Amino acid sequence: MWEYTDKVQEHFMHPRNVGELKDADGVGEVGSLACGDALKLMIKVDENNIITDAKFKTFGCASAIASSSALTEMIKGMPLEEAEKITNEDIAQALGGLPKEKMHCSVMGREALEAAIADYRGVVLPMAQGEVVCECFGVTDLEIIRAIKESDLRSVEEITNFTKAGGGCGKCEDRLREILRQTVEGIEAEPAKPKKQERMTTLQKIKKIEQVLEREIRPTLRKDGGDIELVDVDGDFVTVSLRGACSGCQSSRTTLKEYVEKKLREQVADSLIVEEDR
Amino acid sequence: MNCNSDKVIYMDNNATTRIAPEVVDAMMPFLTDCYGNPSSMHTFGGQVAKAIEEARGRIADLLGAEPEEIVFTSCGTESDSTAILSALQTWPEKRHVVTTRVEHPAVKNLCENLAQLTGHKHRVTRLKVEGDGTLDMEEYRQALTEDTAIVSVMWANNETGVIFPVEEMAAMARERDILFHTDAVQAVGKIPINMKANAIDFLSLSGHKLHAPKGVGVLYIRKGTPFVPFLNGGHQEKGRRGGTENVASIIGLGRACSLAAEKMEEENTRVRALRDKLEKGLLSSIPKSRLNGHPDKRLPNTTNISFEFVEGEAILLHMNEYNICASSGSACTSGSLEPSHVLRAMGVPFTAAHGSIRFSLSIYNTEEEVDFVLDKMPAIIAGLREMSPFWNPDQ
Repeated sequence: MWEYTDKVQEHFMHPRNVGELKDADGVGEVGSLACGDALKLMIKVDENNIITDAKFKTFGCASAIASSSALTEMIKGMPLEEAEKITNEDIAQALGGLPKEKMHCSVMGREALEAAIADYRGVVLPMAQGEVVCECFGVTDLEIIRAIKESDLRSVEEITNFTKAGGGCGKCEDRLREILRQTVEGIEAEPAKPKKQERMTTLQKIKKIEQVLEREIRPTLRKDGGDIELVDVDGDFVTVSLRGACSGCQSSRTTLKEYVEKKLREQVADSLIVEEDR
Repeated sequence: MNCNSDKVIYMDNNATTRIAPEVVDAMMPFLTDCYGNPSSMHTFGGQVAKAIEEARGRIADLLGAEPEEIVFTSCGTESDSTAILSALQTWPEKRHVVTTRVEHPAVKNLCENLAQLTGHKHRVTRLKVEGDGTLDMEEYRQALTEDTAIVSVMWANNETGVIFPVEEMAAMARERDILFHTDAVQAVGKIPINMKANAIDFLSLSGHKLHAPKGVGVLYIRKGTPFVPFLNGGHQEKGRRGGTENVASIIGLGRACSLAAEKMEEENTRVRALRDKLEKGLLSSIPKSRLNGHPDKRLPNTTNISFEFVEGEAILLHMNEYNICASSGSACTSGSLEPSHVLRAMGVPFTAAHGSIRFSLSIYNTEEEVDFVLDKMPAIIAGLREMSPFWNPDQ
């Protein structure tokens, strides 16, 4: 049995916006019966380039249906330029997370959205023009490279979880490993882009850190029976206290540095240093 | 912990079964008062050894076997591994194994990893199945060679319930001096078995599939069959399987086998009738549904039905809302990304394989439960189809 969040269950049992949009302005269809999941997304766009309506039809498991439902809720009333920026991670986040083996359901949602927008604009998606690497599920190299970059994938298994590539006969595993190696090398070779640093007051910083803790970090730690409290923020030094199963846990240092600090650097300021209050 | 089993409509008996209350009663003394080690010299342990021998006799009776042909193991998987690896060590110069494409992972994955386990490269012939899940006996005949060490073919398939003619196949193997193993985990207790009337050398069974607890299995080894143990250790099981006996579960399995013999008639009449009612009802009330597997050459308790254009996990979760327990061969439930290897081997089209549901009944199911499921299923399937981009109500 999969561990689905209450939000996934709720969207699955009571999906929003199911059905056909008769006069849709854009239609995106991804997946197939053979693949085990498929999504048809229909959108209506007004003269101000705002998505006024969205409906879907999905064949697939609970997380595929829930991802589709959450996606339509997210994009209704959204300007196209904003909708274009939605990633699979955003969809998964709206559902309170997905089991890692099911991340491909959120990827399918994002791809359907892209396809629908491309259809509305009358353009061909560059992703579809890539070279097919996984023949079982029809996944192109461009799709795989993007997933590696966007979701920070580091193993063939993760690529399969996110894109389904390699999940069938397994013949493309070597090719996937090769793509992974090249892409990761590419990322590491790229000069770090100087990020625009916003100057924040300590109060603003604390507020933002709290937000990230609440929205992302706590739910993950709680799954393992742990928790985290913000103790102090002094300049770039963030002091936290790990609670529950996390306190005294041998991997707590790894959790702090690899997970908490990384998340806070990504989303608040990349100069932050996280330390544990003992 | 309370699992509310009384609220559940349990139709997943090929996955595991309820422990019969009579079995629990038989086990309790061995979980409390009678904790002696059956290998001990004192009476306190010795009486436990006696109880084990009584259980061994009950199991032998159900199989039409001799008590000394029964070896206790920890599960069906251990029994399967023990039998196949024993045969390969008995005939180290023979490098060929015959099995089928629809075996349980316990045999399938073992056969795929033989090189790692034995250090030798073995050729494995995996027999094809027809669309109804049955074997082509001519293909089997041709697969047997002088190089074949062992044939391993399941008695009945866990997903479809299809029964293979293992007795006929064992006879053909015997003519060529090839050892024959059958994974009978799904068959024992559901259909009559008489080992005196066949040429099967090894047979695996598992306690929890026939109302005994999990964690106990049996390997039947025909008298005179060359045997190399898998677990070496103490002298338990006459040196054929080391390790202190799982006493309470063994006693439970003995009781469960006697019960199975008593209930065999009911299984093949009342349970079969319930299964047939469920199957006919679903196929007739739900359009675009199909039966997977041979309609007659089948276990009395199992039906595997595909509901086209919908996905199995989604169906199961909706059934779960009504506390109905069953299984699916869909990709999403298997943990892999592809649907069941059994349905694919049978050539079930993708439109149907992803939406397959297996109902497996037991003597504890009632007609009210079947009626309840028949009442709920059409709306579940219709609701999901309404959501499916492939469903066209006019087709």
